[in-house]
Amino acid sequence: MSEAGAADARKAIVAGHGAFAEGALSAVAQITGLQERFIAFSNAGLGPGEIETRLREVLATTGATIIFTDLPAGSCTIAARRIAKERPDLVVVTGVALPTLLSFACGSDVAAAVEQGRKSMHVLEVPRGT
Amino acid sequence: MALDLVRIDDRLIHGQVVVGWGQPCEIGFLVLVDDAVAESEWEQELYRMGVPPEMDVFFDSVESAARRIGAYREDRRVGMLLTGDIETMERLIKAAPSIRAVTVGGIHHKPGRVARLRYVFLTPAEEAKLRGLMAAGVVVTAQDVPASAPLSLEDLLAGDGTG
Repeated sequence: MSEAGAADARKAIVAGHGAFAEGALSAVAQITGLQERFIAFSNAGLGPGEIETRLREVLATTGATIIFTDLPAGSCTIAARRIAKERPDLVVVTGVALPTLLSFACGSDVAAAVEQGRKSMHVLEVPRGT
Repeated sequence: MALDLVRIDDRLIHGQVVVGWGQPCEIGFLVLVDDAVAESEWEQELYRMGVPPEMDVFFDSVESAARRIGAYREDRRVGMLLTGDIETMERLIKAAPSIRAVTVGGIHHKPGRVARLRYVFLTPAEEAKLRGLMAAGVVVTAQDVPASAPLSLEDLLAGDGTG
């Protein structure tokens, strides 16, 4: 939950390479059924200017105020940061993973969802000799 | 060894460059050649943000890149030089004729461009510039990621956008 105790209900774009966003959101749907607040966006086949233009269009038509991107160095991140330069209300989160999206879908605020994603990364090693 | 990779890519520094090429080729530094970016600290920070700390990024205008290219070649690390369009690369090669090979890594759709590969769209003028580079002795190939085979300029220009 957000710090104020109310669920974060803002809409968010999930933007990335190939079918990353579509796939991630299909997983969110399967696990939580709470995918309505998300919009999938792919940079496939798009130049940098077109990515920015289309992201602006999606933001305008959906009212989303958060963009989750897959790679910090990715073209979606570059475009999102260009837009955020003019829009202080826009939050850009890079390197998003499924646990972050699930946490956000369930009402966590962005910071808490990001922390959930960080905490979900583990190296699971089987001790030798077992 | 250094500066083996000279690439035209309209996305400049992005996932394919940093991860797709950067990790398997163990790229140690990137040289982004763009006159506008070279004059803007904000643009430079934008492109530097996603690059891992062990990978240096240098920002140059065409003029400064031509001046520094000898130093980049002497760097013992693997380096990649990037321009965002063919015109900039053509200007750079005129100023730095020691560049003898160029890879077209990504030029996306715009009005007037025709699809040649999934990741390369060209206007007739751009095609003429690439032919001009080849006529001047520069080896021009197309390749988006290391795992795909490089294509000759002839194959690139014969493409219909499906390759």
